[in-house]
Amino acid sequence: MHDLVAITALGGAAPRVDTVGPVTFTEVPDVALTSVAARLGQEAKAREALANVIGAPAPDIQRIAGGEKTAFWSGPDQWMVEAPYNGHHDLADQVKAAVGNTASVTEQTDAWVRFDLRGDGIPSVLELLSQLDLRCLSSGTAARCSIHHVGCYLLCRDANHYSIYGPRSSAGSLHHAVLTSMRSVY
Amino acid sequence: MTQVNRLTGGQIDRNSTLNFYFDGRSYTAHPGDTLASALLANNVRLIGRSFKYHRPRGLLTAGSEEPNGMVELRAGARKEPNTRATTIEMFDGLIANAQNRWPSLRFDALAVNDMFSNFLSAGFYYKTFMWPAAFWEKLYEPIIRRAAGLGSLSMQADPDEYDKGFRHCDLLIIGAGPAGLMAALTAGRAGADVILADEDFTLGGRLNSETFSVGDHSAPDWAAQAVAELSAMPNVRLMPRTTVIGAFDHGIYGAVERTGDHLPSLPTGKPRQILWRIYSQKALLCAGATERPIAFENNDRPGIMTASALRTYVNRFAVTASPRVAIFTNNDDGHRTASDLHAKGVKIAAVVDVREDAPLSYDYEVLKGAQVVNTKGRLGLSFVEVALPDGSTRTLDCGALGVSGGWNANVHLTCHQRGRPVWNEALAAFVPGENLPVGMSVAGSANGVMSTHGALRSGAEAAAAVLDLTTLPDLPEAEDAPIALKPFWYVQGCKRAWVDQQNDVTVKDVKLSYQEGFRSVEHLKRYTTLGMATDQGKTSNITGLAIMAEVAGKSIPETGTTIFRPPYTPVPIGAFAGRMTGKEFHPTRLTPSHHWAKERGAVFVEAGNWLRAQWFPLPGETHWRESVDREVRQTRASVGVCDCTTLGKIDVQGTDAAAFLNRVYANGFAKLAVGKTRYGLMLREDGMVMDDGTAARLAEDHFVVTTTTANAVSVYRHMEFVRQCLFPDMDVQLISTTDGWAQYAVAGPNSRKLLQKIVDPEFDISNEAFPFMACGKITVCGGLRARLFRISFSGELAFEIAVPSRYGDALMRRLMIEGKEFDVTPYGTEALSVMRIEKGHPVGNELNGTTTALNLGLGKMVSKKKDSIGSVLCERKALIAHDVLKLVGLKPVNPEEKITAGGHLMNTDGPVDSAHDQGYVTSAAYSPNLNSNIGLGLLKRGDARMGEKMRLVSPLTALTVEVEIVSAHFIDPEGERLRA
Repeated sequence: MHDLVAITALGGAAPRVDTVGPVTFTEVPDVALTSVAARLGQEAKAREALANVIGAPAPDIQRIAGGEKTAFWSGPDQWMVEAPYNGHHDLADQVKAAVGNTASVTEQTDAWVRFDLRGDGIPSVLELLSQLDLRCLSSGTAARCSIHHVGCYLLCRDANHYSIYGPRSSAGSLHHAVLTSMRSVY
Repeated sequence: MTQVNRLTGGQIDRNSTLNFYFDGRSYTAHPGDTLASALLANNVRLIGRSFKYHRPRGLLTAGSEEPNGMVELRAGARKEPNTRATTIEMFDGLIANAQNRWPSLRFDALAVNDMFSNFLSAGFYYKTFMWPAAFWEKLYEPIIRRAAGLGSLSMQADPDEYDKGFRHCDLLIIGAGPAGLMAALTAGRAGADVILADEDFTLGGRLNSETFSVGDHSAPDWAAQAVAELSAMPNVRLMPRTTVIGAFDHGIYGAVERTGDHLPSLPTGKPRQILWRIYSQKALLCAGATERPIAFENNDRPGIMTASALRTYVNRFAVTASPRVAIFTNNDDGHRTASDLHAKGVKIAAVVDVREDAPLSYDYEVLKGAQVVNTKGRLGLSFVEVALPDGSTRTLDCGALGVSGGWNANVHLTCHQRGRPVWNEALAAFVPGENLPVGMSVAGSANGVMSTHGALRSGAEAAAAVLDLTTLPDLPEAEDAPIALKPFWYVQGCKRAWVDQQNDVTVKDVKLSYQEGFRSVEHLKRYTTLGMATDQGKTSNITGLAIMAEVAGKSIPETGTTIFRPPYTPVPIGAFAGRMTGKEFHPTRLTPSHHWAKERGAVFVEAGNWLRAQWFPLPGETHWRESVDREVRQTRASVGVCDCTTLGKIDVQGTDAAAFLNRVYANGFAKLAVGKTRYGLMLREDGMVMDDGTAARLAEDHFVVTTTTANAVSVYRHMEFVRQCLFPDMDVQLISTTDGWAQYAVAGPNSRKLLQKIVDPEFDISNEAFPFMACGKITVCGGLRARLFRISFSGELAFEIAVPSRYGDALMRRLMIEGKEFDVTPYGTEALSVMRIEKGHPVGNELNGTTTALNLGLGKMVSKKKDSIGSVLCERKALIAHDVLKLVGLKPVNPEEKITAGGHLMNTDGPVDSAHDQGYVTSAAYSPNLNSNIGLGLLKRGDARMGEKMRLVSPLTALTVEVEIVSAHFIDPEGERLRA
């Protein structure tokens, strides 16, 4: 076991939590992430393999699916797979072992920062941040968007729980943008 | 002063009294007032001075079309010039000042301009200040600018915050008058997602200004009830205080919501305004209509306003502009104003109607077939002179005159995509044409339907049509008067009759424009400034056009109409900026070692969005060069560490990954062994160098490509283009991993020794096991996953080590601790740059988009054995001519002298001009190893001119330095160190 201590994307030892009005905004470092992209001609097999990994059919366009490991659609025959960091710090290797040569798998855990929004009235905050039609972003959907010029994924887990994935290096700017909007609304 | 002009009734809250200040004096008002209504209530008619002639001016309207009643709102940094008093919602403590007056509003010294009005007619400046040309910029323009113009800027940064936001709807309804409300009720009840936006703070539009009933209610009550019903619908969003400013492509509308302008002070963090981008499936324009004035002699005195404005002030705000009022009209609507005012106890001096068949009244005198020919009163209206049909004149004693020349449909948004309105003879006005923005329809008076019942009906019908509804809701009974109007634009024979009061344009100016050949309406606008500035001619454009048509002997539609452009009303620049201001102007990217570097006191530099450590000053170092020289010396003598996470990393996988890279890179990659890294050169299709970097082969089907920091995004985009569009049959997958790995260069003769202290013992990184250009997956510090690359940018024995980003901070701290025994130093981008110049590595300065591989001394890298992007076009004749630029090193003959990047190279003898230019300097630095300034440059036939002396010149800065041409590889040209 190595002896290096991780810091969060915002630079803290512990994840940052902010609550403004009914919305709580949390940095979520305990998540492992990996990309899965089907190899040419292997698309059907890759879907099948991914389904085995997440225990649910591979999600279609804009959808999220799975159990402990979940996957969300990120492009044609491409997905991101999420899992709790504990037990999955080598998620990419685990997924690669499962999908074999049907797909290319790339570790994405620390390429992204995840922030979660929980509470009532989250769309009022998000409409100041994202051009997405939030009416279409129902429970179990995910979409790519730009938040203050930072390319992100926005996931609606349910009406009171959204996740934002943004580039880890821009965590500070993204955090500032979301928190500013929360303070603007509430 | 008490509110002497306040009447009974109205939609103001008399239970509360607000204090405000205008031009230094204190007044009172009530919630529900605008600044304009409050000023009138306090008998203040004089509000400002005009643009050019500094004539006393008051209010013309009661809405956002106001050309005259403009003030400087608020004080200090929040001061906002040219703010329309008619749209300012009253709040306690409001401060406003008159503008364009000196020394005072009542006595303005520059009113002397008015006496010279014969000289200051349209085109005066163009004709007068012709020569000497040099005087224009330095003398004339500053003087003119000081004298003209309206409000002044605070010259301070805007302290308020603004948001931007995005909303989506099935139906956007623009305007909440009778048509808009009825449309919203129809669509809302049908379950559609509706946004109803209106610029006013009270929804209802003209309904709030009228006394007639709608159904069983008064007009304002019906509006309030409709608003209450809409508020209760979850599928309807009401956006009061929101101006839709533009109609853009694909059903997108811009809208400015004034969330904080009506508050005495903004709560912390709250925006003053929000600029919304509204994505609509369909849009319904219910923007209403604007009453237009008639031009006559001295029609600009404070107290003269549109008749409908007088009616609004009386009915909605319970304020009369004066106890004694006259009306000048060409249509029946003017009579409605007279009747409403009379009912409220305002004395009607007379109704002057240009029509011989004007209706009579039992309550006041109507002068049929008469015209207002002049007015009197020094700082406000006192008398109106009327010419009667029998040729006699009569003087009316009145403090206000309501003028009605008919109504213009507010067609602006229908024209934002070059739609042209069409002329409607009955209304004598333009109405929307056929070619509306996609998805837009128009209802109510904006579409020329001027009666209340007509507006309600057309709103319901338009909403039903948009939503394919088969039944219409029951419509309430309402006023349905026909249009009775005689087109009448201006009174003949007047000398100074104002058409555009905001820009001081008279009837005569329009005629002069025609006479001098500026006959197109677009030329008229530019020549006279008619229709420019904050009001965009909402009350003047059509009148100007009518005069032009008459002079030209054409009809108005033949004469044309100016195009309307966004924004509909002025928008603060801050609203366009939103939150992207100051430090948040663009997103910032931080490296994994940022927090540690900050603790060390690093000086940061922006590299794209990244913040990179530029150097790490130590106590006692007073100049950046001391820090940088030390970092370079320490690295070359022992070991240094630099965060190079910012270099783009692209994960390339797939069975065709090697074949793919073989296409993308000019040099060969097909045979690169697993566990090896290769320097690669990427060309653009036109043969110019796009970027350089490395590709490390981690497996048969897995590479990691690195790019320069600056080109990380563009290279990734290029590779995706190549993958998706050029070689869709290749099995290759790409994804960025730039942020995922903290990557540090560990460079210097002791770099291996340092790394051996942290790399887990099962990994042999000796020169034999891990030679130059090796790469592999390893673990460090007892099991942390890492990647190691033996590559060198500095020219020293060097490695790049990568760990998951969350451990980057800890790894840097560990390297510093473990490196103490080697006197390790962190180094920043400056030292990095010095060392790469010493080594002769080209970077962005050299890969500047105009250079080929041949220019950079890398011509042999372009493989002839395969086809790759750019390999053909880099062989174009001119690019391989014998005298093309070649990369060289530069040293000053006198080592004390500087090499200046951007300077040009000239032969020792001969002229210094572009015809004799031999090349230019791309990079320069002081080399602490060579104790000399050095540089890199591109020189014609450079490779054949080693040892030659040249002049480095910069004629703009009078620089001439004698330099010697040397090899670009100042340090270790044989590359022994990096292979050690």
